[in-house]
Amino acid sequence: MTNRRDFLRLAAIGAGSMLVAPRIVFANVATDRRFVFIIQRGAADGLNIVVPYADPAYAQLRGKLAIDAADAIKLDGTFALHPSLTNMGSLYTSQQALFVHAVASPYRERSHFDGQNVLETGGLSPYQIKDGWLNRLVTLLPKSADKAIAFAPTIPAALRGSAEVTSYAPSNLPEAPDDLLLRVAQLYDKDQQFHPVWSAAMEARGFFKDLETRQNPATAGKTAAEALVRADGPRIAMIETSGWDTHSGQDNRLANQLKALDSMIAALRDGLGDIWAQTTVLVATEFGRTAAANGTGGTDHGTATTALVLGGAVKGGRILTDWPGLSPNALYENRDLKPTMDLDALITAIAAETFGLDTEHTMKTLFPGRPIDRSLHGLIIT
Amino acid sequence: MVSSTTDATAAIAVNRFGLGKRASETLPSDPRNWLLEQIGQYNPQSPAFTSLQSTRDIASSYAADREKLQAVDGDEKIALRKELNKAARLLYRSEIEARGLTALQTPTPFAEALVHFWSNHFAVSADNPAMLSLAGVFEREAIRPHIMGRFTDLLFAVEQHPAMLIYLDQVRSAGPDSPLATRAQRRNAGKLPGINENLAREIMELHTVGVGSGYSQKDVTEFAYALTGWSAGRMGGKADASQAGVFQYRPGLHQPGDRLIRHRVYGATGEDQAGAVLKDLASDPATARHIATKLCRHFMADVPPQAAVKRVAKAFLVSGGDLPAVYKALVQSPEAWSAEPAKMKTPWEWLTSAMRGLDYQDLGKANFSNLLNQLGQPVWLPRSPAGYDDITASWLAPDALVRRVEVAQRLAARSDRSLKPGELASNLLSGSLTGTTAMEISRAETAQTGIALLLVSPDFQRR
Repeated sequence: MTNRRDFLRLAAIGAGSMLVAPRIVFANVATDRRFVFIIQRGAADGLNIVVPYADPAYAQLRGKLAIDAADAIKLDGTFALHPSLTNMGSLYTSQQALFVHAVASPYRERSHFDGQNVLETGGLSPYQIKDGWLNRLVTLLPKSADKAIAFAPTIPAALRGSAEVTSYAPSNLPEAPDDLLLRVAQLYDKDQQFHPVWSAAMEARGFFKDLETRQNPATAGKTAAEALVRADGPRIAMIETSGWDTHSGQDNRLANQLKALDSMIAALRDGLGDIWAQTTVLVATEFGRTAAANGTGGTDHGTATTALVLGGAVKGGRILTDWPGLSPNALYENRDLKPTMDLDALITAIAAETFGLDTEHTMKTLFPGRPIDRSLHGLIIT
Repeated sequence: MVSSTTDATAAIAVNRFGLGKRASETLPSDPRNWLLEQIGQYNPQSPAFTSLQSTRDIASSYAADREKLQAVDGDEKIALRKELNKAARLLYRSEIEARGLTALQTPTPFAEALVHFWSNHFAVSADNPAMLSLAGVFEREAIRPHIMGRFTDLLFAVEQHPAMLIYLDQVRSAGPDSPLATRAQRRNAGKLPGINENLAREIMELHTVGVGSGYSQKDVTEFAYALTGWSAGRMGGKADASQAGVFQYRPGLHQPGDRLIRHRVYGATGEDQAGAVLKDLASDPATARHIATKLCRHFMADVPPQAAVKRVAKAFLVSGGDLPAVYKALVQSPEAWSAEPAKMKTPWEWLTSAMRGLDYQDLGKANFSNLLNQLGQPVWLPRSPAGYDDITASWLAPDALVRRVEVAQRLAARSDRSLKPGELASNLLSGSLTGTTAMEISRAETAQTGIALLLVSPDFQRR
C-alpha cells in the first residue's frame, strides 16, 4: 500500500535517478519480510564454526583446537558444523540455513574497532562513512511499517543515520510513572537532539509492556521476535553479541558463545512462528582469526571467516564458498584464511532479494563504490 | 558578589572539567586556577581506599584460592567455585563503591575526572573472576599514582600490571624460538607454547600511537616478539603465592634476537628490549596527537577542534610527555570554555554528578554499581580494550534515556523533602540553565518530580 507520503518519497527518488532506475518503485516490495542482523563483535573464528574438516591442513594448523569431525554436525564432504550449533544444524537439514565461508569485508587490517566500523558503516575504510548500511537499507523500504529497532540500550553504528530508529533492552529498574514521562516529553520538546530520541523511546515502550525482563540470549531472541512478529512492528532489527575475541581458552569460550547464539536463533524461529517463513537472519563478524592456533589455547586476529544466513525465506541447505584451502601458500599473508567472497556483495544480494529491491541500487546505497558479485543470486526465496 | 559571566565560567570549570557541582559548595572565584591548583593538591590515595587490598595481596589470595579449587572434586568443587566467584564479585563491587565514594568526596574533582579518563584509555574489562578481582586495584595502583607524572611512567605502570598482562593475554606469550618452545619441540610436546599478539597490538593501536599511524602487521608481530618474557607471577594452579601478580621477566619465554619495529632496530637486550620500544612509542608525535585528540574530545567536543588538539599535542611533545604540562595546555585552550555544553554525560558522569548535585555525602542506599549496570555503563566492564565510547551518539539513545528517567525518579524520591527544585537548578547550572528547563521544573506538581526533571533535563545531561 502506498500512502501519500510514500508517494512523495518515491517521486523524489524517481526525479533524481530517472535514467538509471526509474522503476525503483516499491510496488513489488514484500513489506511483510523481516531482516535481522546479528553482529558478532570481537572477530568470530569461522574455521571452528563451519569446520573444513576435510582440508588436510586444518587439523595440523589447529592442533588441539581442531574440532573433531566425529563430534561435529556433518554438512557435506568438506564441512561440518560446530557441535554446539544443533538448532542451526536442523535448519540446514530443512534447507533454512546457508553457510558462507571465506568471506570478508573490504577491511584488511586487524583492529576490532576499525573492522567493526567498516562492517557497520559499509565504507571502504574506517570512519569514511558516518551512518550505517542497515539504516540506509531502511531508507529503501516504504515507510508503512514501524521503524527499525536495535536490541541494545544505545544505537549501534550499523543502524545510525537519517532513518528513524529505536532501541530497546530489558531493564530491572522501576518504571517511571506516565505523568513524569509526559513532563519529560515537554521538557525535551524544543531540544533537537533529545526530542527525536525520546519520541522513539516512547514508541518502543508500547511494545514491551508485558515481557519478562531477564537478560539472556534466548530472551534476546524472544524479545526480538515479539517485536518483529507484529503486523505493525519493525521489519528490520539488529542484535549485538560480543565475547568472540578468543585469544585464549578458546575451546570452552567458543562452545558457550555458539550455544548462546544457537539458542537465540531458535528463540527467534519459535517466537516468529509463521513469520519465520518471511525472515532472513544474517550473522556476521568484523573479520576472522588466524588459521593456526596461537600459543595460549586460542587464535589471533585474522581475515576471512564465515557468515551465516538463516531463516524460512532462505534457500538453504548449502555451503556457499569458493574455498581457498589452508595450505601454507593458500593463506592470506601466510597466516589467515584468504577472502574469496566479498561480505558487502553478499549482504547486498540477500538484502535486495529479501525485499525485492534492485541489486545495483541496493549496492550503491548500502556500499557505495563497491562491485556487485553477479554470482550471488537465488539465495533468498523472492 | 561575582558577576554572572564569572559564575558561568566557574560553572563550566566545575561541571565540564570536574565531576559536577555539589549543592553545598561555592563556585571557585578563579576557575582556571582552581583547576590547575588541583595538579599539586591531588592525592592518589583516598580515604575510601583504606580497607582495600594491594595488588600483591589480592593476587596471592586469588592464587591460594585457585589452589584450593584444584585440590577438590565433584560437588565440592562446584560449591567452592561458586563461593569464589561470589567473593570476586563482592571484591569488584567494593572497589566500585570506593571509586564512587571518592567521586562524591574528592577535594580535587578535575584530577578525579582525569583518573576516569586514563582508566578508560587504558581499559581492562572485568569479564571473568581474575579480572573482577584485579580491575579496581589496577586503577588504584597503576593509574592513580601516575596521572600527574610523565606519560612514559604511566605507560610502564599500566603495561606491567598483572591486570593488563592477563587481560591482553601477555603472561604466557612465548617466542617460537624461545628456550621454552625449543625444549617443548624437542620433547615433542603436544601443546607448543607460542606467541600472542594481543598486548602488542593494543599498545600500538589504543594506548600509544593509535590506529592509522602507519605501523604494519609485521611491526605488531615484531613488537609481540620483543614483549615475550614480560609476564606476571602465576595466579592459578601450582602458583607460588608470594610471587602471584608481581611483574616478572621470564627469559625462558623470550624470543631471541634483534627486532625491527617501525623502521628502528632494537638490540637483543632481553627485558629491556620491549622497554626500549615502549619508551619510543611513548614519545612519538603520533602518541602526542592521539592523546591530545582524546583529551580534547573528552573535555571539548566529540569532534575536537583541531587548533586545540595541535596545541595540546605540542605541549605533550615539548614537555617530553609531562602530563601536568598537557593538562595546562588543555585548561588554557579557549575552545574548552565555549558557553554551549557540547558533551553528553556518560552514565558514570551523569550518575555521579546527580548524586553530587543532591549533596550525597556517601552512597547511601543507592545500589551504586547496579544502577550503573542499568544505565548501560558498568564500571571497568567495557568488554573491549578500547574502553567506553566518548561520543554523544553512543549514549544518547531511546532506551538509555528512559533508564536515566527511571534512575532520576528513584534518586528524586529519596531526596531531601525540603529541597526546592528551582533553586537547586539555578545553583547547579549557574549561567547555563535554559528557560524551558526552568519553566518545566517550576510547573512540576511535586518537588520530587521537579528534581527528577532537573536531573534528566538536557541542560544537566550535557556538560
